[in-house]
Amino acid sequence: MDSFEDVIIDIQNLSFARGERAIYNNVDIQVPRGKITAIMGPSGTGKTTLLKLIGGQLKPDQGSILVAGKDIPRLGRRELFDMRARMGMLFQSGALFTDISVYENVAFPLRVHTDLSEEMIRDVVLMKLHAVGLRGARDLMPSELSGGMARRVALARAIALDPEIVMYDEPFAGQDPIAMGVLVNLIRRLNRALGHTSIIVSHDIQETLGIADYIYLISDAEVIARGTPEEIANTSSQKVRQFIDGLPDGPVPFHFPAGDYQSELLQDS
Amino acid sequence: MRIRVMEIGVGAFLLAGMVALLMLALNVSGLNLERKNTYKVYARFENIGGLTERSKVTMSGVLIGQVSDIRLDQDALQALVEMEIHEEVDFLSIDSSASILTAGLLGEKYIGVVVGAEEEYLQDGDFFEDTQSALVLEDLIGKFLFNEVSE
Amino acid sequence: MLDLVARLGHKGLKKLEAFGSAGVILMQALVARPQPFTMLPLVVKQIHFVGVLSLIIIVVSGLFIGMVLGLQGYTILVDYGSEQAVGQMVALSLVRELAPVVTALLFAGRAGSALTAEIGLMKATEQLSSLEMIGVDPLRRIIAPRFWAGFICLPVLATIFSLVGIMGGALVGIDWLGIYEGSFWSNMQNSVDFREDILNGLIKAVVFGFVVTWIAVFQGYDCVPTSEGISDATTKTVVYSSLSVLALDFVLTALMFGDL
Ligand SMILES: Nc1ncnc2c1ncn2[C@@H]1O[C@H](COP(=O)(O)OP(=O)(O)OP(=O)(O)O)[C@@H](O)[C@H]1O
Ligand SMILES: [Mg+2]
Repeated sequence: MDSFEDVIIDIQNLSFARGERAIYNNVDIQVPRGKITAIMGPSGTGKTTLLKLIGGQLKPDQGSILVAGKDIPRLGRRELFDMRARMGMLFQSGALFTDISVYENVAFPLRVHTDLSEEMIRDVVLMKLHAVGLRGARDLMPSELSGGMARRVALARAIALDPEIVMYDEPFAGQDPIAMGVLVNLIRRLNRALGHTSIIVSHDIQETLGIADYIYLISDAEVIARGTPEEIANTSSQKVRQFIDGLPDGPVPFHFPAGDYQSELLQDS
Repeated sequence: MRIRVMEIGVGAFLLAGMVALLMLALNVSGLNLERKNTYKVYARFENIGGLTERSKVTMSGVLIGQVSDIRLDQDALQALVEMEIHEEVDFLSIDSSASILTAGLLGEKYIGVVVGAEEEYLQDGDFFEDTQSALVLEDLIGKFLFNEVSE
Repeated sequence: MLDLVARLGHKGLKKLEAFGSAGVILMQALVARPQPFTMLPLVVKQIHFVGVLSLIIIVVSGLFIGMVLGLQGYTILVDYGSEQAVGQMVALSLVRELAPVVTALLFAGRAGSALTAEIGLMKATEQLSSLEMIGVDPLRRIIAPRFWAGFICLPVLATIFSLVGIMGGALVGIDWLGIYEGSFWSNMQNSVDFREDILNGLIKAVVFGFVVTWIAVFQGYDCVPTSEGISDATTKTVVYSSLSVLALDFVLTALMFGDL
């Protein structure tokens, strides 16, 4: 197991359950500072849950989540909100504020956390919107955007404050190849130029392998593989190969835990 | 611009609320904003009937004050009624009488004052000597029946 | 049988727990360092939505209720030859009871349900979560301004309701049925007391505003973030606030006018 020189997020012995179902079972995850770390795994394994745990929106049943030395689950309300100002998060659904325009959405974190003048805010907002290719859409309302556009606006909002840690929940979903390329470049550029720590949740194997410095593969409440993209791509583990190569049959279950299919069909209801 | 219109709308809304309250106060409850200066006089009654605080005090049907307090006088075992009389009504002679009357057949109770003949006038803290209690319907009926029987 | 009692107890505890968490949420939303500069524009915006936009329905209902009261009062009182007491009857029933209660019920249907649905939808679309992740407390940003707006608007609406209703009663009584104008108003002024009637009515409206808005924002904030969850929460808002308003009205009336 590699160890990083500079860990910004250090998760130890994390356990978290939804009702009876364990989402995480004694998991350790370290995220290196200033690098791009990817979290991958089948749908429904708890990748979004992990991001919410890091953001302090969910409390783990057990274990510690140290972000820049602070244990998130044990922070008070104030400290937690201060901590969150240093994080940006792109939600899987975008989660734009539907009652204000695209421009105001991106300006929102700036207005809340800074005392910038209106001109400065305008400059920053236009810059961020330009970076995601939507400068022209600034006066639209969120309801007037397509799914992919909304996600890009949400990305612009997530990076508006240039936070130390940016968490992207499926940034590439619903993007055409051109936008995808632009976003990959954008995330890489933000990371290289500004030294952001990025955490990407994604299903796009090729993009992720290309962009990430380090990859965690999660399945069945455990980390089943971790390593650099080369290590992951060349692994011989069956589980990992199945996921990388996208094979329907193999040790990784595609189905949500359920009883035997045939017997359930044959059962009289 | 849209924000501005909204702000004006909200301002007008709150203003309308206040104006409505003012109109209710003035036109509906007849609230008199200028508080009249008053002096206090007292009266003892055998029975006050349905008289309550803030009942009217009138003279020849004209409002001259209101009842401000009703207590039981433990020494005299009578009701002690405190009235606030408007300051400009300073000509109630000391032998004036106060009676508890009823507006209409079933209406509210009020105090009617009838001025006497003395030259001296009631001052703050004085008592009406001559009082007439409320008519109680049951008593009247009782008396009537009693008279019938005794005849 | 024991099972039934246990289930009842369980339900009761659940309700009590919900009540407790509603109280906690309200405390967290309101007991905070006041930030007038960020708060004021948000409250103004919400007053626009829950107050200004409810004005039409309040004015129209107030007018009709006042007119009906005038008509009914006249047909009853004219038998006793005391039709000049119509003004007094209209004013007292409006100011003491109908204005606060009917306004609160209309408010629950018009603004309360909208508040619940809006907040519920924000929750379902993760807008509340994303506020939290931006480092803004949704209780203060979303819940508190809506709560204050409802709290401010209901007394204002109830006052306007009273006034419009009395004007409706006067229109019917004086202009249509020909009650003598002087005795209509003077009877009213003699029997309506500012502190006893108008202020007490206003206090009722303030209490109802507090309760209805509290229920509405809590149901929204606490809902299951799905379409069924939101529609369920909206229904609950209307039902619970109507019931609370009617029950509280009895309690308040007993305290204020009942000499209990
Ligand atoms: N609010 C909730 N209540 C109960 N269970 C939940 C809730 N949210 C998520 N889950 C469960 O937690 C598990 C993990 O969910 P999560 O959203 O983290 O998955 P994910 O890895 O992000 O999946 P995807 O790739 O499809 O987005 C899922 O199996 C889901 O059933
Ligand atoms: Mg997810």
